[in-house]
Amino acid sequence: MQRIGVFVCHCGSNIAATVDVKKVAEMALLEPGVVHAEDYQYMCSEAGQAKIQAAIKEKNLTGIVVCSCSPRMHENTFRSAAEKAGLNPYMVEIANIREHCSWIHKNVEEATEKAVILARAAIAKVNLNAPLKPGESLVTKRALVIGGGIAGIQTALDIADAGYEVDIVEKTPSIGGRMSQLDKTFPTLDCSACILTPKMVEAAAHEKITIYTYSEVEKVSGFVGDFTVDIRKKARFVDAGKCTGCGVCQEKCPSKKSLSEFNRGLNTRSAIYTPFAQAIPNVPVIDTEACIKMKTGKCGICSKVCQAGAIDYEQKDEILTQKYGAIVVATGFDTIKLDNYDEYAYNQSKDVITSLELERVMNAAGPTKGHLERLSDGKHPKEMVFIQCVGSRCSDGRGKSYCSKICCMYTAKHAMLIRDKYPDVNVTVFYIDVRTPGKNFDEFYRRAVEDYGVNYIKGQVGKVIPQPDGKLLVQGVDLLDNKQILKEADMVVLATAIEPNPDVRKIATMLTASIDTNNFLTESHAKLRPVESPTAGVFLSGVCQGPKDIPETVAQAGAAAVKAIGLLAKDKLMTNPCTAKADELMCNGCSTCANVCPYGAITYEEKEVNDHGIRETRRIAVVNSALCQGCGACTVTCPSGAMDLQGFSNRQIIAEVDAICR
Amino acid sequence: MQELINRAKELLESGEVARVLGWKAGDLPYNPEPAYFEKAEDLKDFVYNGFCGANLSKYMIEASKLEGKTMVCLKPCDTYSFNQLIKEHRVDRDKAYIVGVGCKGKLDIEKAKKLGIKGIESVSGAEMSDACDTLTFQTIYGEKSCAYADAMLERCHVCKGKDHMIYDEIIGESRDTKDAERFAEVEMIEAMSPAEKFAFFQEELSKCIRCNACRNVCPACSCRKCVFDSTKFDSAQKANVDSFEEKMFHVIRAFHVAGRCTDCGECSRVCPQGIRLHLFNRKYIKDINELYGEFQAGADAEARGPLTNFTFDDCEPSIVAERG
Repeated sequence: MQRIGVFVCHCGSNIAATVDVKKVAEMALLEPGVVHAEDYQYMCSEAGQAKIQAAIKEKNLTGIVVCSCSPRMHENTFRSAAEKAGLNPYMVEIANIREHCSWIHKNVEEATEKAVILARAAIAKVNLNAPLKPGESLVTKRALVIGGGIAGIQTALDIADAGYEVDIVEKTPSIGGRMSQLDKTFPTLDCSACILTPKMVEAAAHEKITIYTYSEVEKVSGFVGDFTVDIRKKARFVDAGKCTGCGVCQEKCPSKKSLSEFNRGLNTRSAIYTPFAQAIPNVPVIDTEACIKMKTGKCGICSKVCQAGAIDYEQKDEILTQKYGAIVVATGFDTIKLDNYDEYAYNQSKDVITSLELERVMNAAGPTKGHLERLSDGKHPKEMVFIQCVGSRCSDGRGKSYCSKICCMYTAKHAMLIRDKYPDVNVTVFYIDVRTPGKNFDEFYRRAVEDYGVNYIKGQVGKVIPQPDGKLLVQGVDLLDNKQILKEADMVVLATAIEPNPDVRKIATMLTASIDTNNFLTESHAKLRPVESPTAGVFLSGVCQGPKDIPETVAQAGAAAVKAIGLLAKDKLMTNPCTAKADELMCNGCSTCANVCPYGAITYEEKEVNDHGIRETRRIAVVNSALCQGCGACTVTCPSGAMDLQGFSNRQIIAEVDAICR
Repeated sequence: MQELINRAKELLESGEVARVLGWKAGDLPYNPEPAYFEKAEDLKDFVYNGFCGANLSKYMIEASKLEGKTMVCLKPCDTYSFNQLIKEHRVDRDKAYIVGVGCKGKLDIEKAKKLGIKGIESVSGAEMSDACDTLTFQTIYGEKSCAYADAMLERCHVCKGKDHMIYDEIIGESRDTKDAERFAEVEMIEAMSPAEKFAFFQEELSKCIRCNACRNVCPACSCRKCVFDSTKFDSAQKANVDSFEEKMFHVIRAFHVAGRCTDCGECSRVCPQGIRLHLFNRKYIKDINELYGEFQAGADAEARGPLTNFTFDDCEPSIVAERG
């Protein structure tokens, strides 16, 4: 029989205001095995911990239950306190009477009853707990960064500068990401490429950084400190070792009708291409769907003109398997599709564009060589209308519920740049609110209004109607003047909501990292662990975690790097002792558990067993406790119940349920 | 049948197999039972006809542990179970010589009895070589007959097809006897209100006497030790709780075989109380088909069942929940 101590925390008034903590302690004393129960204002304080330690020693406790906040907050605190008093840390259970009880109930009587029940369940579990001992696992001192945008580049640079090897895996032919598509950046209006390309070059030249462009993560196995990742290096059909980046192949390529991804489909590129002039690596790829040689077998011009003999039509995808200690996700974002927003005539008129498309239009390397002109007829616009929150802060389900955060600022930037370069162009911005919480952000916005005469109208646009003469009739409303507005515009720019790169779902699944309903990766704690995924060893950098601008992205990229470095700096990690174990006599050897194990921790052995006098050789599941992460998938899938999780045994869980239902 | 016996004799005498797993006559003209034959002369008792409904796949678990090969007679639908058992490493393919036996639909004597045919002394028309169109019964009340299909087991009306999924050789002709929709009954129950469903299953399952025949015959219920017999869990005690059979046992059993059940229908065939146990399994099969795409357990010995596999196209858990 265990000797159990129960410690009920007031958490100031967080718990005590809603739960009668004295009653909880009193009721706990009636439970089997409980020899000690007390309450205290802050159990997590030093004084509180000392109370626990004193009771362990004085009453010879073999297990304790702390009725307090979520185990995510203080389980470690209480475990180490118990360990210092000589108790195995796995003999500590937490009954969450704060998040699961006091915070969500108002009625004291009901909340107290529930707290008593939660304590009872934890006591029932401790009664069946057994001491557990963690093992050790080694840390591979190499990090993987998924995504080669500014977030990924910055994270990689920071990790590499600390002396660790880093690999960047980038899906597209070049690193640089969305930032490389931007013309200028707010709030300083410096050129995006001018500040990004030095970082790209630095990453490429860094001796600790290996960049795999045109590559994708295909498979992830393993766990914190010891991930094994398969990277698919897609065939470029150009030998990167031979290519000099002279660009002749791209000039001579006769297939020039593919839409340029880099220029958001506003112009075309050749079938063999580098996405942009400063691409890293400066090695083109062949688009197999556009290449005449690939489609018909005839052509081969690029191969003929390549002095270096770098073209290789036979190149195949390669799979590279590499071990990593830490993985940083930096998969970034895209703008949403506007199919649900027909009222803005995006699909009807070439002169209705997204803000990201405007970035390309304004850029000297863009489809119009940096001249502001209508994409339909090349004419210089006189009236431009910007529409804010297209698909953001949406409550009708057509777009995204969240604020995309960057649009207010880039619209102010666009408006200012246009007014500066083309004072003859009138700029009108329709907005819901202007949000400028950032250093020098509000000043920036006010400059647009006060110094550059941008016409801000509080109100939304209901419809954009293309006119026969090529103009766009904008129907909006001015909420401050309470009147309808009909405005003729030459161009309309939509501040389109951003969403996580759709590929992130696949990546999150491979990493068993959780994502929210908007496909943003979830952080381990919204406030206190913002760059860590709940999956150990997986860190978050940039917009994959939530909308943010460049300064925030870079700051978060650095934070993710620090977390990864903190992990890589360790030689060994303590492994979770709550691993699965098979009961030899009950195991059927059916392989179902091995099929569902995400960590490849289960193998089979032909083993001689003595089953109540019957000696036979049986195929039996064996769990590698270094690989097992204690997820429990095997225990629920095992038809005979032979698999059990130490520390969370079927028996313990049923005892908890029984205690709750009693 | 003679061809089958001849071949069995040959295999036994050549030493290629150490035993034959088939059926022998029972004490009544319509209840042949599974049997091992180790000597050629024993084969005189060998029987194979329309009443040999028993699925012999599961016997191969024990037969796989014996010395030498076993010739096992498997009907087309039995081969699905055998494949599933291979997949779960419960039988040894190398220890089996599979004779795929022809099948023209298997019979349910209870159905004949319901047609008023009683006091049966002998039956004809159910041999493998027969056309299997009409059954003729010699009864103490004289000769009676009925259409073969009218006395078929429920499972044969939703026949999975006449092809054997795995075999070493095939003896005898098979016939696809499907003449009903596999999920029609399930759909009928799905259309009921929760209260009606509860009443329906309460009614069906209250007949259960916990004889465990369904569990013992089920090729998917192949655990060395069933959770219901184990002292490791408290489920053994719960068996004594009132109405456990009605509310727990069959539902848990259906969950345990979900994704592995081939719909062989043995559970319903052997239930002495006539409970339509296959309905549970078929509901899960229907759900799995709808959520993860068509899947037939045991169609091959390699494919991962949808419940123990993951693909990026898998439906989201929330979608499962929304269906209710």
